[in-house]
Amino acid sequence: MKFTLSWLKRHLDTDASLEKICATLTNIGLELEGLEDPSKTYEAFTVAYVEKTEAHPDADKLQVCTVKTKNDTLQVVCGAHNAKTGMYGIFAPEGSYVPGLDFTLKKTKIRGVESNGMLVSEKEMMLSEEHDGIIELEGEPKIGTPMVEVFGLDDPIIEINLTPNRADCAGIRGIARDLAAAGLGTLKPLDTAAIKGTFTSDINVSIEDTEGCPLFLSRYIKNVKNGPSPDWFQTLLKAIGLRPISALVDITNFMVIDHARPLHVYDANKLTGNITVRETKGDENLEALNDKSYAPVAPGAIGIYDGSKENGGLIGLGGIIGGAPTGSTNDTTNVLLECAYFNPSRIARTGRDMSIISDARYRFERGVDPEFTAIGIDIATTLILEFCGGEASEIIRAGDVPDWKREIEYDPAYVEKLIGLDVPEDKQLSILTALGFKISGKGPYKITPPSWRGDVHGAADIAEEIIRIVGFDQIPSVSVHGENTGTVAETPLLNKGRKARNALTARGFDECVTWSFMKTDTAKIFGLNDNQAAALTLKNSISSEIDTMRPSILPNLISTALQNTARGFGDVALCEVGPVFESAKPDGQKTVAAGIRAGNHAARHWSDQNAARPVDAYDAKADAIAALQAAGAPAANAQITRDAPDYFHPGRSGALRLGKTVLAYFGELHPAALEHIDAKGAIVGFEVFLENIPTAKKKSGTEKQLLKLEPLQPLSRDFAFLVDETVEAKDLIGAAKAADKTLITAASIFDIYQGKGVEEGKKSVALSITIQPREDNLTDKDIEALCTKVTENVEKKTGGPLRG
Amino acid sequence: MSDINTLKTELTNAIEAANDLKALDDVRVSALGKKGAVTALMKTLGGMSPEERQEQGPLLNALKDEIAALISAQETALKKQELDQRLSSETIDITLTARPEQAGKIHPLSQTIDELISIFGAMGFSVAEGPDIEDDWHNFTALNFPPGHPAREMQDTFFLPEDESETDPERAKKLLRTHTSSVQIRHMEEGEPPFKTICFGRTYRSDWDMTHTPMFHQMECLYIDKNVTMAHLKGCLTDFVRAFFKIDDLPVQFRPSFFPFVEPGAEVDIGYYKQGEGIKLGKAPEGQEQKWMEILGAGMVHSNVLKNCGIDPEQYQGFAFGCGIERITMLKYGIPDLRTFFESDTRWLDHYGFSPLNRPNSATGQ
Repeated sequence: MKFTLSWLKRHLDTDASLEKICATLTNIGLELEGLEDPSKTYEAFTVAYVEKTEAHPDADKLQVCTVKTKNDTLQVVCGAHNAKTGMYGIFAPEGSYVPGLDFTLKKTKIRGVESNGMLVSEKEMMLSEEHDGIIELEGEPKIGTPMVEVFGLDDPIIEINLTPNRADCAGIRGIARDLAAAGLGTLKPLDTAAIKGTFTSDINVSIEDTEGCPLFLSRYIKNVKNGPSPDWFQTLLKAIGLRPISALVDITNFMVIDHARPLHVYDANKLTGNITVRETKGDENLEALNDKSYAPVAPGAIGIYDGSKENGGLIGLGGIIGGAPTGSTNDTTNVLLECAYFNPSRIARTGRDMSIISDARYRFERGVDPEFTAIGIDIATTLILEFCGGEASEIIRAGDVPDWKREIEYDPAYVEKLIGLDVPEDKQLSILTALGFKISGKGPYKITPPSWRGDVHGAADIAEEIIRIVGFDQIPSVSVHGENTGTVAETPLLNKGRKARNALTARGFDECVTWSFMKTDTAKIFGLNDNQAAALTLKNSISSEIDTMRPSILPNLISTALQNTARGFGDVALCEVGPVFESAKPDGQKTVAAGIRAGNHAARHWSDQNAARPVDAYDAKADAIAALQAAGAPAANAQITRDAPDYFHPGRSGALRLGKTVLAYFGELHPAALEHIDAKGAIVGFEVFLENIPTAKKKSGTEKQLLKLEPLQPLSRDFAFLVDETVEAKDLIGAAKAADKTLITAASIFDIYQGKGVEEGKKSVALSITIQPREDNLTDKDIEALCTKVTENVEKKTGGPLRG
Repeated sequence: MSDINTLKTELTNAIEAANDLKALDDVRVSALGKKGAVTALMKTLGGMSPEERQEQGPLLNALKDEIAALISAQETALKKQELDQRLSSETIDITLTARPEQAGKIHPLSQTIDELISIFGAMGFSVAEGPDIEDDWHNFTALNFPPGHPAREMQDTFFLPEDESETDPERAKKLLRTHTSSVQIRHMEEGEPPFKTICFGRTYRSDWDMTHTPMFHQMECLYIDKNVTMAHLKGCLTDFVRAFFKIDDLPVQFRPSFFPFVEPGAEVDIGYYKQGEGIKLGKAPEGQEQKWMEILGAGMVHSNVLKNCGIDPEQYQGFAFGCGIERITMLKYGIPDLRTFFESDTRWLDHYGFSPLNRPNSATGQ
C-alpha cells in the first residue's frame, strides 16, 4: 500500500515529522516497507540563471557560461545546444550526486577551461528520457529555488506492508485513523452529507445471490461530461504511480486508495433493462476491463447481469472486475454508479479460481467497511458532479447492510494476564475509543468494534489493539528457564539420527541435505510402485525434476556425487539423514541415514599401496554397521540376508536384519539403476532405517553391567580350510565357534586365497580363533582336542578339509 | 700383594680395551669365570693360614667387586654406544605426510539444529515431531486459516493428490507443510497441557529463486501453560537469540504483525550495524546507525487454535514462534547464498561444515 505524505495529510492533521510518522507506522503494525523522499534525492539542485555565454576557446560545441546560483556566480562549461544568455535552468553544484549519470560532480577543466558544476537535462535528473538539451525553465523563477518545488516533487512516498487482517488500512483514511490513535495528530472530519437526488433511476436492481451480495446501492447520474480530471487530482494519483485515465475512472481509483472503497461505473446507455445479481453458472463469457476475456467465467462467482441477451446478460463479476462493453468511456454521458458489499470468501474463491488480481478483489476479500457503502456512494457522486457535471438520481437500494455488530466482553485486567504488562484502565479505554471502538457497561465492559474492523473478534484482539498502540517495546522481558527436571530434549529418533550422523561423518562422509523430492521415474526405480508414485507426486510441482516424494535418499546422493565429479572431485563419501516416503499418510514417512561412496576409498598415499583402491560393497557394509552401532542397534547380532532391493547389485548387496525387521541395506548399486542417473563406475551405498532400530529402554540405576575380567590369558590358533568358493564366511565362522561356545570367544577370517596351488572352484580360507581359558589353564592336549573339534565341525558344515 | 695389583691393572686395561659386548664378556669370563684369574686367586684363600686369610680375604673380595663394577660400567657404556649407533642409522623423513584420517563434516543445518536443541533444552523445552506431508486441517484450518482466507495465499503450497481413504475432506486434502506450525497442532491434539515444545523440520513452498528454495527448514517453539504471557515470549526469544548468536547485549525489537494462528502477533528484529562493506550483528557503537533485520514471527497462540486442539483457552494460554533455520545459520556463519545449502558441493561442506567430534552443548559453549 503506497501513499504520499500530502495525501495522508488530507486526513490527518499533524505536526509530526516524516521520520516520526514512519517509525510510528512500524510500531503500530503498519510496517514501513519503503520511503522515497524525492526532496532528499534532489536536495542539491536549485534554480540558476545564465548571465552570459561565450564560445569555448578550444571547442566548437562547448560554451563557457557564467551562471548565477543561490550563493555564487560560477563559470560552467556546457555542451548543450540550448544554453543561452538569460535562461533559467537547474544547476548541479560541485560535490552533488547526479542520479541519471550515477556520479558525483567534481571541479574539473574541460579542454583547459575550468568548470564548476553543471546545468542538467531532465534525463540527468531522471525526470524523463528527455536529453535534447538542458532544462529550460519558463518565466522568471527565483534563483536558488529548490528543484523539487519547481517540479512538484516535494512529496515523500510512503509504502507500507499491509498484513491481510488490516483491510481498513487498504485506504489512506484508515492509516490516518490509526496514526491519530497513536497520538500523531487528529483525524480530520469527513464530509458525509447525503446527496439528495433529483429524480428516480429507471434501472432497478434485484439480488438473487443475497449471500454473495447482501447490499447493492446504485445511482443514475445523467448528462455528465467525462474527460480528464482536474490537475490537482491527477497529480495526487500520479504521485503514487496511478495513470490518470478519465474523470470517471480516476474517481473510482481515488475511492479505492482514499477509502478502501471499490465502486463501479457503468455507461448507462449501454445497459439493457434492469440489473440482477446472481451466481454465475460458469457458461457465460466476459470481456473484462483488464483487456482479458474470460470464456467462460468460473461458476459460483457473484455475477452482475442486465437484461441483454448476449452472454446471458453478464456485465461484470461483482467485487472483482467489470465488463468492458458496459464500462465508461470518454463519450459516456449517462452513468450508473454501483456501490455494493460483497462476501469476502466468495470474492477470494472466484479471484483464486480465475486468477484475477484487482484492487477491488484485494479489498473485498479482506473485507470492506459495510457501513461505508452509503457514504462511499455519496462521496463518489460529489466528485462526479464536481468534475463532470450532471444530475444525480436518488439512490436505488437493494438488500441490507449485513449484520456486522458484535459485542465482546472485556475485562481490562486481561491485558496484564495475556501480555504481562499493566496498562491503566483509562488508557486502555481511550485507545479503544480513538480506534473507533464503542464501549458500554462497567468492567467487564461490552465492546463493539467499529464496522471497519471485521478482524476483531475476541478479547485477545482487543488486547492486541491496546498493546500495539502502547508499544511492544513496553512489554517486559521475563525468562522462561524452568526447573531442571532432567527431561531429555531430544526424541529417541533425533538421538539415533544425530549419533548415526556423527559416526558417518567421523568415517569420512560429508553430510548433505538434498531435496525431499525427485523425478518420478527415478523414484520408481528406487522403490516406489505405481500406486505409491501416484499418491506421492505433487499436483503443482515447479519442475518435473522434483515432482515426486522420494522413496530413497540414494539417488539424490548419487546425483550429488556426479555434480562433485563434474567439479573435479570424484572420490566422495556423502551421507544424509532425512525423510523418505512410502505413502502420504503420517506413518508413511520414515527416517533414513543413507550414504554413498564413489571413486576411490581414499587418496593415494606413500604409506599404503592399496590406499587408493576403488570403493566396494564391504565399505558400505562397514558404514552401515558403524551407523547402526552408533545409533544403538545390536549390529553384531544382526543377520545378513541377500535380499536387498532391486536397485542394488544382486550379487554384491545384502540386508542387515533383526528377525523380520530390516535394519539396513548395503552394497554396490545396480549398474542399470546407476545408468538411469547417468552415473558411471561403481558406486556403493547403504540405507539405515532409524525407526527400525530398537530404542534402548531407560534403565533405572546403573546403566552398565558389572565388568568381569578373565584372569587367564587368551590364546589363538590359526587354520586354513580348502572349501568351495561358494561357501560363505558366516558358515565357516559359525561352525568354528560352535566347536565350543564357552572357550572360543572369537573367530575371524584373515586371508582368502584362490590361484596357484588351489584347484579351480575352490578357495583357501585362513581362520583364526581366540580361545579364552575360563577357570583353569588349558593343557596342550586340551587345546589339541579343541582344534580337532573345530576342524571336524568346519568340515562337516562346509565340506572343506584342513588345507595340507 | 703385587699379584693383586698387577692383576687389577691388567684387568682394568682389558675392560677399557673391550670395545664391544662380546670382548667385554671375554674379559669377564677370564677374570670372574670359573677358571678366571680372580676366581683362581680366591681359591688360594683356602690354603692360607687364618692370619693370612684375614689379611688377604678382604683384599681379594675388594678386587672382585671392583672388577665386577668396572665390567658393569663398561657394559652400560657399550650398550649406550651401540644403541646410539643404531638410532643414528634409523632416521626417517619426518616431513612426509602423516597417514590420512577419514573425516567428513556435519552440515551447517544439523549444527544449528543441535545448537538450538542445546539452547532450548537448557530452558526446559523438549522436541516434538510431525510429518512433512500434512493435510489441510493441520497445516491451515486448525491454525486459524479458514478456507478461502487470503492469508493462505501468503504461502505458495505444494499439493498432493487427495487421500481417498479419508472421509474428512480437510484431512483428505494432502499437501507439503508450509511451516512447522502444523507440528504444534499434532502435539496439542495428542497431549495434555502444559506444553513446552520445540520442533524442527523440512518445510516446503512453491518458490525458487535467488532467495527462496522449494524446500527449507523451520524451527517452531510452543509454550502453553496457565500463566504464560507475552513477557515470557519476549524473555524466551531474547535469551534465545543472544545465546545463539553469542552476543550478550544483542538488541531485540518486537513489532506488531499478523499471523492467523496468533493474537497478538509480532515480528522480531535483531540489531546490526554496518562495518566496512559488510554488517555486524549487535548494538551499534556510538555514532553509528542501529539497523534492524527481521528474523522471525511470533505471538500469543490464538484462542481458536487452542480450541481446535481441544484446549480450553479460558484456562490455558501461551506463545509460539517460528524461525527459518537457514536464515539464522546464514547470519551466524556468514553464508551468503541460501541455495548453496542444498547443492552439496564438497568444497562448501568442508568449509562451512562442522567436525563430528565437537558437538554443540550449552554447557561447554559448543
